[in-house]
Amino acid sequence: MLDRRCARMSDRPMIEIVGLTKRFGRQQVLCGVDLAIRAERVTAIVGPNGAGKTTLIKTILGLARADDGEIRVGGTVVGDDPAYRSRIGYMPQIAHFPENLTAAEVIAMISDLRHGPSNGPLDDELLEQFQLADQLDKPLRVLSGGTRQKVNAVLAFLFRPALLVLDEPSAGLDPVANGILKDKIRRQRAAGQTCLLISHVMSELDELADDVVFLLDGRVHYAGAVHDLKVETRQLNLERAIAKIMMRGAA
Amino acid sequence: MNATGKIIKYQIKDVIRSRWLLGYTGFFLIATETLLRFGGDPTKALVSLMNVVLLMIPLIALVFGTIHIYDAREFTELLLAQPIGRRELFVGLYLGLTLSLSLGFAVGVGLPFAVRMGAGSVVTVAVLLVVGVALTFVFTGLAFVIAFKWDDRVKALGVAIAMWLAAGIAYDAVVLLLATMFAGYPLERPMIGLMLANPIDMARIVLLLRLDISALMGYTGAVFKQFFGSGGGMAIAAVALVGWIGAPILLGSRTFRKKDF
Repeated sequence: MLDRRCARMSDRPMIEIVGLTKRFGRQQVLCGVDLAIRAERVTAIVGPNGAGKTTLIKTILGLARADDGEIRVGGTVVGDDPAYRSRIGYMPQIAHFPENLTAAEVIAMISDLRHGPSNGPLDDELLEQFQLADQLDKPLRVLSGGTRQKVNAVLAFLFRPALLVLDEPSAGLDPVANGILKDKIRRQRAAGQTCLLISHVMSELDELADDVVFLLDGRVHYAGAVHDLKVETRQLNLERAIAKIMMRGAA
Repeated sequence: MNATGKIIKYQIKDVIRSRWLLGYTGFFLIATETLLRFGGDPTKALVSLMNVVLLMIPLIALVFGTIHIYDAREFTELLLAQPIGRRELFVGLYLGLTLSLSLGFAVGVGLPFAVRMGAGSVVTVAVLLVVGVALTFVFTGLAFVIAFKWDDRVKALGVAIAMWLAAGIAYDAVVLLLATMFAGYPLERPMIGLMLANPIDMARIVLLLRLDISALMGYTGAVFKQFFGSGGGMAIAAVALVGWIGAPILLGSRTFRKKDF
C-alpha cells in the first residue's frame, strides 16, 4: 500500500506516446501523435468517426502494432512482452463472448488467466450493483445485449487495474446501469486509478472527464484539461468547446 | 496450468457444447453404425467409412473452423488485451478447436466399433482414428490461416470452401487427367510428389496401404505401393502428414502474431 502511494505521488504520466504513426493499407490513421495521459485522472478521447480514436486505444493495448513511434504504459515500453497489460482493464465497445459459456465461466476464465494470489482481492462491486447474480449461470447467447455489456464492464474493473480503458462504455447500457458505471468510474478515480475513455456522449464526458484529447484526421488538435479548454474557447460546456476548435481547425 | 492450457480448457468447454459439434458427432455415429450394419463385411464398411471421413473432416474443419474463428474474433481481441503472449494464445485457440473436433470425430466413429468388439481389426480402426485426427489438425490449421489472412468473413468462407473442393475433389481428377495424358512416360516419381502435396491423398494412402487393398485406389495407389512397399510408403506418407500439420500452424501463428486487430 505504501509504495503504491509513493508511485501515486510521482508526476510521471500513466501513458506517454511519442511520434506514433499507424497506417492501414493506404489509409493513414495516425500521423505522428504525441501525447501524455496523466495518472489518476479521467481522460476523454473525442473526435469524429475515423479520427483514429479506436486505433489509438488499440495500439496502447498492443492489439495493433505502431508503424513508428513509441508508447509507454506506466513506464514500460509497449512491445512483445505482454506483462504490462496486467495493469490494464479493457472494456471493448461491443461485448462478444463465447456463446456456449456462462457469464460465470467467462469471468472465471479471465481470472484464471490474469489473477494470481499476489494480486489482492477482486473488485466485484459492479457484479452486485448490476444485480447479475441470477444471470451468471446462463449461457451468454441467451443473455440480452445490455446484460452482456454489464459483464463486459465487470471484467474491466475486476482486477483493480491501474489503467482503465473504456471504449464507448455507455453504448448498450440502460440509464440505471449507466449511472452505476459512471459512479464507479468516479470512485476508482478517487482511489487512484487512471481512466481513458472514448465516448460520443459529450454530456457524459462533461460529468466525468478531467482532461480531454481531441483527435482529428489522426492528429491531436487539443490535449489538456477540460476546464482550460472551456476557458480558452469561452464556452460553458464541452460540446460547444469542441465544436469551436473543430471550426477553428476547418478554417 | 499455463496460459495455453487454460485457453484450451475454456475453448473446449465452449466448442463441445455447440450444436455444430453435436451434429458432427451425431453424423459420424449414424454413418458408422449404418455402414457396420448394412455395409457387408467390416473391411468393406471401413473402406466406405474412409471415404466419408476423407471428405467430411476437411469440410467441417475448414468451414466450421473459419466460422468459429470469425465469431470468436471480438473475444479474441479481449483476450489479446489481457497479459497473454500472442503465441500462447494462438496455440491455445488452435488446440482447443482441434481437440474438440477430434473428440467429436473419435467418439462418433469409435463408439459403434467399441460396442461390437472385433468388427474389423482393432489396428485398422485405430489407424482410421489417427488419420482422421491428423486431418483435423491439418485442416483446422488451414482454417486459422484463412480466417486471419482474410478479414472479410464471406471471402474467407469462400476460400475455405474452394480449398476443400480443390483438395478433396478436383485434385484427384487432375491427377487422373495427367496420368492419362502422359501415360507413355515414366510417371512414378511425379505421381508420388503429387500425392505428397495433398494431405487428403496422403491420408488415403496410409489407410489403403493399411487395408491392403491399394488396387482399389487406382493408379496412384498402385504406384505408391509398388514404389515403396507397404511399410516404407506408410512411413513416408506419415512423415509428410506431420509436415502438413506443422506448416499451417507455423504460417497461422506467424500471421496471428503480426496481425493488427
